[in-house]
Amino acid sequence: MDLLGRGLLVLALIVAVYGAVASLIGARRLKVAADGGPDATAFGALGGHGSAWVRSGRRAIYLVAVMTTVTFVLVEIIFIRTDLRFDVVASHSSTTTPLGYRMAAPWSSQEGSLLLWVWLLSLWSSLVVRLAGRRMADVVPWAQAVLLGLAAFFLFLSVFYSSPFRLSDTVPLEGEGLSPLLQYPSMMIHPPMLYSGYTLFAVPFAFAVGALAAGHVGSDWIRHTRRYALGAWLLLGIGIVLGSRWSYAELGWGGYWGWDAVENASLMPWIIGTAFIHSVMIQEKRGMLRTWNVSLILATGILCILGTFIVRSGIISSIHAFGSSTVGWQFLTLLAVMTGGSIALVTWRRGMLRSEHRIDSLLSREAIFLAGNVVLVLLVLVILWGTFFPLLTDVLTGEQRPWASSTWGWWVGPLALALVGLMGLGPLAAWRKTTRAQAWRQMRGPLAVGVLVLVAGTLLGGGGRVDVALALLFGGFVIGAVLQELQRGVRARRISTGEAFPIALPRLIGRNRRRYGGYLVHAGFAVLVLAVAASSAFKDTHRVHAKVGQEMKVGGYTLRYEGAIGDYRLKDQRIQKLIIGAKVGVFRGGKRVETIRPTREFFPSQNPADGPVGRFFNGEAATEVALDAGLTRDLWVAMQPDGDALVDVYSALDKKLKGTTAPFARGAELALGFVRLYAQRPAPVTFQVIVSPLVSWIWLGTLVMAFGALLAMWPAPDLQARRVRAKQKARIARDLGLAREQAS
Amino acid sequence: MTRTLRLTFAIVAAVTLAGALLYTSFAGSAEARQPSQMTNAEAGRDYRLTGIVVTGTVKRKGDALLFRVRDRKGGASVPVDYTGQVPDAFREGREVIVTVQKEGETFTGKPDSLITKCPSKFDDGKSKPGEQQMEWRDGSDKVVEGK
Repeated sequence: MDLLGRGLLVLALIVAVYGAVASLIGARRLKVAADGGPDATAFGALGGHGSAWVRSGRRAIYLVAVMTTVTFVLVEIIFIRTDLRFDVVASHSSTTTPLGYRMAAPWSSQEGSLLLWVWLLSLWSSLVVRLAGRRMADVVPWAQAVLLGLAAFFLFLSVFYSSPFRLSDTVPLEGEGLSPLLQYPSMMIHPPMLYSGYTLFAVPFAFAVGALAAGHVGSDWIRHTRRYALGAWLLLGIGIVLGSRWSYAELGWGGYWGWDAVENASLMPWIIGTAFIHSVMIQEKRGMLRTWNVSLILATGILCILGTFIVRSGIISSIHAFGSSTVGWQFLTLLAVMTGGSIALVTWRRGMLRSEHRIDSLLSREAIFLAGNVVLVLLVLVILWGTFFPLLTDVLTGEQRPWASSTWGWWVGPLALALVGLMGLGPLAAWRKTTRAQAWRQMRGPLAVGVLVLVAGTLLGGGGRVDVALALLFGGFVIGAVLQELQRGVRARRISTGEAFPIALPRLIGRNRRRYGGYLVHAGFAVLVLAVAASSAFKDTHRVHAKVGQEMKVGGYTLRYEGAIGDYRLKDQRIQKLIIGAKVGVFRGGKRVETIRPTREFFPSQNPADGPVGRFFNGEAATEVALDAGLTRDLWVAMQPDGDALVDVYSALDKKLKGTTAPFARGAELALGFVRLYAQRPAPVTFQVIVSPLVSWIWLGTLVMAFGALLAMWPAPDLQARRVRAKQKARIARDLGLAREQAS
Repeated sequence: MTRTLRLTFAIVAAVTLAGALLYTSFAGSAEARQPSQMTNAEAGRDYRLTGIVVTGTVKRKGDALLFRVRDRKGGASVPVDYTGQVPDAFREGREVIVTVQKEGETFTGKPDSLITKCPSKFDDGKSKPGEQQMEWRDGSDKVVEGK
């Protein structure tokens, strides 16, 4: 198995390198042929699918996809079988890890996640070159070379620095297991989602490089890769939100975003990707912002690699961690090549990238889009600076100075609010120019909705904070703008077709999916920002140390600690985890609302020095939060048993077992007995109780955004027919223009 | 607006923003010190202490969590008495940041200020499982329910 795996990785690396070189040769020959050079015969051999070299490069992409797929299946097999001969399995899984999590364990390791990266990249690459067909024959070979180059880089790391098929010097009897904190459903798909986003963004990145290299810098590459960019944006966004949800429900601190370097790493390409998705519309409509667009997508590609670099190198944790990383310098080299190459290409093609038009008025859709873009880029610059600031101070002064959470809020809050305001304005403004009177007519309805939301929010207890007030006003404004656009569209359609409202609305959306999908994303984002502002501003947090029977009052609720829970889970007759928890009655107005059960799970340590009983409490531990989520507020309760009470008992039991025969077998039974006894005679516990409003709307807003993005991506059923009609109309218009010119 | 005026405006805006970012970065960040830099710490002043939780030093006493933090490269360590929310990722050998005040020889943690690095990150694939050959794994660790 290890030989097969290693062999496949080496072969895939060779094929990827060959494919990249073949594509470059093909691209070069096509260019020479197209320019009418001596190798013009190569162009004749195109056969509609590119030269033989390009076709060979294309086949290399398919072959890499097949080989990495088989390799990934092999890695899954060794994890499912818990084959402890492999280092990666022994350090990230165990026989007691449940099957589902064993299958997800590969991407908790560096080796598995690098392989996942290249596997997903090879799949997307295959898809894009397959669908490209005969289109963009001059750009596709360059794009192939870039995609295969990236694949070769990750395969190089997998072969030489981080192989999932490395064998252990000594085969352990048991693995270290998957961190219990990662044993959470959304964490099974969080990394594949993030990596799908990163790797999908590689497609428009590669095509942008191809367009620049081939000198084909019009909007073709944008149209060809628009759906990939949208898909990347959607999947990366879902990955980010799944990570937030995990942090909120599993990590036991009650927050969903902590401005951790690893979180920021995924947020930055998503934000720049957002800017790209918007600004390409200006290029498609008016032939403007070519340099800006190509720079944005090149930056997105670089930020995706930077994100992987930050997570894998540990550089933000400490400059010293970077030195001990097995892949730090390699990533840094790739980043330098990508950044340098991107700057060189844009500089080289700056003449071709000149805009066809200029912005006519600040009160135009393109000006507002551009302003939104500037805010998004500023956001990324701030996040990048804040993320690397501790590292910078570490290098300069030897001391890390991480930003306080208030500093993050000080910068990100106003920028996010400005963005929401611009999101409302964008759809209301016309292309080229809007007069003040027109602007007011367009804005007054949505503004009234904003004011209404502000008043309602204030009356419902959301007053007293400027940031929340602005979030309410702007959020309402965006939703009002979306509703107004829908209402106008439906009205126009009803007038022209005579359709009833329930028929006109879906047909309107169906025929303008990109537009209305985008509006839906705006509405979802407005809801999300509103929920984030309210839930962070009005969060009510309490810590209470309680014995059974005691009560605590939090956020209008009375919580009564009614009893203890002592439980365990066995797998193959081995203790997978011990569970200690609390039964808590939740009351409102004297009436029981529900009963919740926060627990803490203890996973056994593999260190015999922890003692036969103590090892069951000294391993990894995970908080299982009791979460009562509602549309208006979330009740979040975590518990922690008093440590000294546990330590006293298991230390005494360990002492008792000293010198006895088979102490570890008896230790396991005593540990089970202990948790059973704990349920009857519990020690005091510390509760962390948080009541925060509107948290659920963060997840609902995200769902709306995801639905909107899907809608925008979905091709219209009559797309081809409409394209042909549009081309015919353009030809007639051009002919008429020419005829008029000749006549005059 | 002429091209020169636009450029001037853009440069002034960029410089102002950069200046503000630099100022708030220093004003809005606290120096995170390692234990060896805490020898001259003043009592009653807040410090952000960063380092690795020393193995074998984590103890719980009622609501409080007692542990020692050492420099990343080893060497000096200081005792911490912390009360408040403990992240699940808190473990011996993990890197933490906690806001502390010196009280006698001990550093008292500010409630809910303890931050631990995410457990899934910074894994460089160098871990060596099976270093301790689990002498208890003679099959005798199996339990039978109801025994």
